[in-house]
Amino acid sequence: MKWWITGFLLIFFSILSLFTGVSDLSITDFFSLSDEQQEVLFVSRIPRLVSLLIAGMSMSIAGLIMQQLSQNKFVSPTTAGTMDSARLGILVGMLLFPSASMMEKMLLAFLFALAGTFVFMKILDKIRYRDAVFIPLVGLMFGNIIGSVTTFLAYRFDLVQSIGTWLHGDFSMLIEGRYELLYLSLPVVILAYIFAHHFTIAGMGEDFASNLGLSYQKVLYLGLGLVALITASVVLTAGMLPFLGLIVPNIVTIYQGDHLRSSIWQTAVLGALFVLVCDILGRVIIYPYEISIGLTVGVLGSGIFLYLLLRRRSYGL
Amino acid sequence: MVDVTNVSKAYKEVKVVDDVSVHIKKGTITSFIGANGAGKSTLLSMVSRLIPKDEGSVLLDGEEITSYDNKELAKRLSVLKQSNNIKVRITVRELVSFGRFPYSQGKLKKEDEKLINEAIEYMQLEDFEDRFLDELSGGQKQRAYIAMVIAQDTDYILLDEPLNNLDMKHSKQIMKALRRMVDDLGKTVVIVIHDINFASCYSNHIVALKDGKCVYEGHPEEMITNNVLREVYDMEFNVCNIDGNRICVFFT
Repeated sequence: MKWWITGFLLIFFSILSLFTGVSDLSITDFFSLSDEQQEVLFVSRIPRLVSLLIAGMSMSIAGLIMQQLSQNKFVSPTTAGTMDSARLGILVGMLLFPSASMMEKMLLAFLFALAGTFVFMKILDKIRYRDAVFIPLVGLMFGNIIGSVTTFLAYRFDLVQSIGTWLHGDFSMLIEGRYELLYLSLPVVILAYIFAHHFTIAGMGEDFASNLGLSYQKVLYLGLGLVALITASVVLTAGMLPFLGLIVPNIVTIYQGDHLRSSIWQTAVLGALFVLVCDILGRVIIYPYEISIGLTVGVLGSGIFLYLLLRRRSYGL
Repeated sequence: MVDVTNVSKAYKEVKVVDDVSVHIKKGTITSFIGANGAGKSTLLSMVSRLIPKDEGSVLLDGEEITSYDNKELAKRLSVLKQSNNIKVRITVRELVSFGRFPYSQGKLKKEDEKLINEAIEYMQLEDFEDRFLDELSGGQKQRAYIAMVIAQDTDYILLDEPLNNLDMKHSKQIMKALRRMVDDLGKTVVIVIHDINFASCYSNHIVALKDGKCVYEGHPEEMITNNVLREVYDMEFNVCNIDGNRICVFFT
């Protein structure tokens, strides 16, 4: 895929997204917006579009970094317990500090996501049977264990409904004032680009990295930190977006290769595009109602994941 | 020069390398030989600080190797482990340019590009410099890794079985390239090698290990003899002199 095709599609769907919805607002009104339409556009539609783009982009990059560092194509925030850990962090925040601000919740989600991913990486070290498919299965189990702890706690403390919001990704609630936390991902994405060489080299193995004078451990911690930060901010605002960090980087690296410098922007654009399309689908299928994006991403994503799994020999994954 | 003194390494109770001392002179090729499990690779890894040693010291130009700054050391000593199993989709050129990472931290300057081009030429990789590593044969991959080490441009080059996976033609090509790097550029090369005939023809110094101990070391002429090899490998050899080289025949 040429970059300008994905770029063009991204712009096209972005505009489409702005003018899709229940409130009456079509592209022909753009130059003669009524007050009401202006409000819809600036309070709801644009925040929604921006958060879709940022979430899609950053989650995909988080997946890319994880796959590089773990040297496994099937590791991602979904298949390493990162998302589930972030969600547990949010719940613990709600339990212990009910009056916590968004930033404080974010910090907790971040710390839990970091700890969860780290534990998973430690488990990975201990596993001798390192089949490519076996490892994400372990990750999914690990994630589900954490998820069940979350559910149990939520059940005991009557928070099932609140935690439900973070179970399924949903962008319909993201209006002005509720999505800005996502902007935290942007500097993280830029950091990921700056350290692209470091991540790629670390992905070649510890000995390889040491030979080039690179501290493998430091790069590993930096990468996991970035992943946890991205995951925490996305889960806290939009909710869980399963499989995104898994399939998008895989599609890109098939034709772009594993060097992060060349794959990172493609991954960002394709990730944003994928989320955008899923969101528009969800808004259109049962119009005027909405299907949450967690569902559309999950259905489409798991389908593509299955396809990649079956085709993995021919791609050498 | 590299001074290895009384170095040991044990995994659980088993001593893999046991009180080994080796002196590696500047501007030479030193070969580590020995049977499988003799401790050659472990010794090489300790000399190149990839794994910590339990006892002893490794002095690089008079200073303990572990006290060097990582980045500085990467400009003076490079090490390549057997790495053909890495399944990373990067191109040959990208791999070779990693050799410049210690100098450029990823931002390649004109001079870096020049050295990368030279390394690619040196290993005759021009024809597939834009191909992905996972599309290459074992031998091509091996040459790409060695080109990376050449681009890294260090005084000391340590290679773990550089002839692994290579056919005769490419084995010879690599050994000749290493010899040239030593003779023309003054590099110091240390290799772990199984083919004792290549070791005999191209080394200045051979170190024979057995059960973690250094049993013999010396010039190829002293080392490639029936008595020494019998003790190192527990098998019979027929050593001949062909065109001034000592060649072992042991196939039947």
